[in-house]
Amino acid sequence: MTTLAEYLKERRDQEWRAELRKKLKGKERTNIPRVKMPEVDPNERVKFQNVEVNLGLSIEQAQREASRCMDCVNPTCIEGCPVQINIPEFVKNIERGEYGQAASNLKLTSALPAVCGRVCPQEKQCEEQCFYTLKLKKEPVAIGYLERFAADWERESGSVSVPECATKNGIKVAAIGSGPSSLSFAGDMIKLGYDVTVFEALHEIGGVLKYGIPEFRLPNATVDEELENLKQMGVKFETNFIVGRTASFDDLEKEGYKGFFVGSGAGLPRFMNIPGENYNGILSSNEYLTRVNLMGAADDKFDTPVLRGKNVAVIGGGNTAMDSVRTAKRLGAERSIIVYRRSRVEMPARVEEVKHAEEEGIEFMNLANPVEYFADENGRVNRMRVQYMELGEPDASGRRRPVPIEGSEKDIDVDLVIVAVGVSPNPLIPACLPDLKVSRWGTIEVGDNMQSSIPVIFAGGDIVRGGATVILAMGDGRNAAQSMHEYLSK
Amino acid sequence: MNRIVEKEFFSENVVKLVVEAPKIAKARKPGNFIILRVSKEGERIPLTIASADEDKGTITLIAQKVGVSTEKLAKMEVGDSLHDLVGPLGKATEIHKVGTILACGGGVGVAPLLPIVEGYKKAGNRVISVLAARSKDLIILEDEIRKWSDEVIVMTDDGSYGKKGLVTQGAEEIINREKIDECIAIGPAIMMKFTALLTKKYNIPTQASLNSIMVDGTGMCGACRVTVGGKTKFTCVDGPEFDAHQIDFDEMLMRLGGYSEEEKKAYEEFMNRLNLQA
Ligand SMILES: Cc1cc2nc3c(=O)[nH]c(=O)nc-3n(C[C@H](O)[C@H](O)[C@H](O)COP(=O)(O)OP(=O)(O)OC[C@H]3O[C@@H](n4cnc5c(N)ncnc54)[C@H](O)[C@@H]3O)c2cc1C
Ligand SMILES: Cc1cc2nc3c(=O)[nH]c(=O)nc-3n(C[C@H](O)[C@H](O)[C@H](O)COP(=O)(O)OP(=O)(O)OC[C@H]3O[C@@H](n4cnc5c(N)ncnc54)[C@H](O)[C@@H]3O)c2cc1C
Ligand code: SF4
Ligand code: SF4
Ligand code: FES
Repeated sequence: MTTLAEYLKERRDQEWRAELRKKLKGKERTNIPRVKMPEVDPNERVKFQNVEVNLGLSIEQAQREASRCMDCVNPTCIEGCPVQINIPEFVKNIERGEYGQAASNLKLTSALPAVCGRVCPQEKQCEEQCFYTLKLKKEPVAIGYLERFAADWERESGSVSVPECATKNGIKVAAIGSGPSSLSFAGDMIKLGYDVTVFEALHEIGGVLKYGIPEFRLPNATVDEELENLKQMGVKFETNFIVGRTASFDDLEKEGYKGFFVGSGAGLPRFMNIPGENYNGILSSNEYLTRVNLMGAADDKFDTPVLRGKNVAVIGGGNTAMDSVRTAKRLGAERSIIVYRRSRVEMPARVEEVKHAEEEGIEFMNLANPVEYFADENGRVNRMRVQYMELGEPDASGRRRPVPIEGSEKDIDVDLVIVAVGVSPNPLIPACLPDLKVSRWGTIEVGDNMQSSIPVIFAGGDIVRGGATVILAMGDGRNAAQSMHEYLSK
Repeated sequence: MNRIVEKEFFSENVVKLVVEAPKIAKARKPGNFIILRVSKEGERIPLTIASADEDKGTITLIAQKVGVSTEKLAKMEVGDSLHDLVGPLGKATEIHKVGTILACGGGVGVAPLLPIVEGYKKAGNRVISVLAARSKDLIILEDEIRKWSDEVIVMTDDGSYGKKGLVTQGAEEIINREKIDECIAIGPAIMMKFTALLTKKYNIPTQASLNSIMVDGTGMCGACRVTVGGKTKFTCVDGPEFDAHQIDFDEMLMRLGGYSEEEKKAYEEFMNRLNLQA
C-alpha cells in the first residue's frame, strides 16, 4: 500500500509535470491575477429562472488560471477537499491542454465533477487551504472553476469516457434515494461488478440536485448528463418507489438484494413554531423550490401553481435561503429580502451565492428574526414582525449566538414568506427498521466504514450527517461502496 | 407503467379508475393514499386507494372533478397509462374491534371511507354508515358501502334521494337512538368540521381524514401542514387521519384556499382551451 503522500509524490514526479513546472518562474505564476468567472449580467439574468449565472471559463482563461497553480511539493489544497481530489494533477493537465486527462483525474474520486465544480463551498474547502490563501495571502487558485471547466469540456467534447466495469458478479445491491451519496455509491458498485438499482421516492432522479438547487446555479441538463453516464454503465433506476412503503426491506431481500445503501437525505423542513406561521403564503423553502424546480411551476406549460409575491421575505442564511430569495426575484418580486438572525460573516451560504444575490438586488436584513405573522381576511400573510438581535457569546458551533434585543420589534409588509431555517433527517427508513440505531437527532448511526447497526445496511450523506454538502455526501457513498464490497466479499 | 384497465363514471363529475399497480395493491392498507401525475407537465395529486385487488395487481381510485388535474384525469381512457404513481402513502387507519362505528361520508369522501368501513366490518364491529351529498346523482358507492354496513342512511341536501338534510342530522338521529363507540368522518372539510362538533357534544371519539394540499406526500415540503391539538402536523406522514376533536378546521379550510386564485385561473384557461378545440 502506498500512502496518499507517496502516491502524490509519484504523480508529481512524472516527467511532464516536472517539465511544466519549469516553464514559468514562481513569480510569473503568482503575479497572474485570479480569473474572473464570466457571468450573465444581473439585470438580464433575474428575468430567467433557468439561465445559469456562471458561463464557465474559456480555454484561454482556464489555461491561464491553471498556470497560477504552483504544483506545490506539499499540496495543502488536497487536505481541504473532502474526497482528496488530486488537485495539482488535474490543474496541470489543464495547463498543458490535456482537458480529457483532467476530467479523468477528477472522475477517479468524484462521481459528479460538473456538479461539485459548481456547488462545492470551495472557499471553505480546497481553496481555503491553497498555498495562495495560506502563505501568500492572495486569492487562491480557482480550483472550483477549473473543475467545472474540465468536466464541462469533456461533456461538450462528446467524448465522455465510460469507466470500465469489472465482470458482473450477479450480486444485487440497492441504493435508497437518488441524491449525490447514492449516485456515487452506485457508480462505484457498478464498476466493481455489482448489479445496482437506485430507488427514488420522487419522479425524478437526483435528490436535492433536482428538487432543491435551482437551474440558475446547476442546470438539470448537467445533472442528467452525469446520470446518463451511470445508466450507460448499467445502473438501474426505479422512480416513484418508496423503500419502506412501496416495498419493505424484507421484500427487497426476498428479491435477492444482498446489501443496502441508505442515502435518503435530510428532506424534512423545519419551521419556527411562531404565531401565524401556518397562514397562506408562508411556506418552507422545500415546498417553494420543489414547486419551481421539480414541478416546473414557474412555467405556464406546467399545472403546478406557485405563489408569487411582491414583497418576499426569506428566513435563513444558508444556500437554501439564497436559492429561494433569488428564485423569488426571478418570479417577479419587487422586494426580495433575506432575514437572518446572525450577521453577514456567519452566513453559511457559499460566498459566491451571496455575492450573486447582492448583484441581483437582494436586500439583506441581518441580525433580525421573525417573531409573528399577520394575515388579511383570507388568511394570506400580509405583515411580519421581526425582532432585532445582537451577537453574544459563541455557541457550540463556534459562531456568536444571536441574542434578542428587547423592545426592538418592527413590522414589515410581506406577501410571501419562505422559511429556510434548516432540515431534519428523513424519518421514513428509521421508522420501518426498529433495530436500526439512530441518534437523538434522527440521523442514522454508522461506523467509519459507513456500516449501520444492521450489517447489510450502510448509510451516508445527509441522513447520517444532518444537512451537509454534496461533496461530503459523495465521499460517504464511495466509502460505503468500498466497505460494502469488502463486507460482501467475505 | 400504470395502465388504466377500467373506467366508470359514477356521475358527471365523479369517475372511478382501476389502475395497474401490483406492488401498491399488495402493500396498501385502509386509509392509505397514492400520488399520481397524469402527464409530464402534471401536478402531483393525492387520491385515496378506494380498494385493491392483490391478485389482479390493481387499485381503484375515485376522483371528483374539481380542477385542472382531476379534469385531465377524468379524460384518460382505458389503455392509457398514468405518467407517475407512487404509494402507498400516509398512515393506515388503526382498525380494531370497538363495538359500534358510525361512518359518515360526504360527497366523494365516500371513496376513502369505503376501505375503512370494510376494515371495521371485517374486524367484527357493528357499522352504521351515513352517506350524504347535495343531490341523488352525487351519492356514490352506495352498494359497496351497504355490503360492509349493518345499516346505511342516505341524506341529500335537496331531498332528491334518501332523507332531506345534512349529514349531521342523519348522524344525530343515530346517536340519539343507540350507543356509538367511535365515529369516522370523511368528506369536505366543512362537513367534517360540523360532524366533529356534533360528536364532541356527545363525547364520541372521532377520526377525520384530511385532504390538505400536498406536493410530495412524503413529509418533505410541509404544504400539507395542519394544526392538531395545538401542534403542527404534516397530513401526509402524520395523517391523513387525526382526532377530529383536536383538528383546527378553520385553519385547514383557510389553507385549502391557499392556491385558489392560481387554481381558478388555471382552470378557466384549461376550459377555454378545451372549448376552443371543440
Ligand atoms: C436548496 C439547497 C441548496 C443546496 N446548495 C448546496 C450547495 O451549493 N453546495 C453543497 O455542497 N450542498 C448544497 N446543499 C446540500 C446538498 O444538496 C445535500 O447535502 C446533498 O444533496 C445530500 O445528498 P444525499 O445523498 O444525502 O441525498 P439528497 O440529495 O438529500 O436526496 C435524498 C433522496 O432520497 C429520496 N428518498 C428519501 N427516502 C426515500 C425512500 N424511503 N425511498 C426512496 N427514496 C427516498 C428523496 O426523495 C431524495 O430524492 C443544498 C441543499 C439544498 C436543499
Ligand atoms: C390524502 C388525500 C386523499 C384524497 N383522496 C381523494 C379521493 O379519493 N378522491 C378525490 O376526488 N379527491 C381526493 N383528494 C383531493 C384531491 O387530491 C384534490 O381534489 C385534487 O388534488 C385537486 O386537483 P385539481 O387540479 O383537479 O384541482 P385544483 O384546481 O388544484 O383545486 C381545486 C380544489 O381542490 C383542492 N386541492 C388542490 N390541490 C390539492 C391537493 N394537492 N390535495 C388536496 N386538495 C387539493 C383545493 O383546495 C381546491 O379547493 C384527496 C386529498 C388528499 C390530501
Ligand atoms: S470536490 Fe469540491 S472541495 Fe474537492 S477539489 Fe473539487 S471543488 Fe474543491
Ligand atoms: S495549494 Fe494551491 S498552488 Fe499549491 S498545488 Fe494546490 S492549488 Fe496549486
Ligand atoms: S405533502 Fe409535502 S410534506 Fe406532506
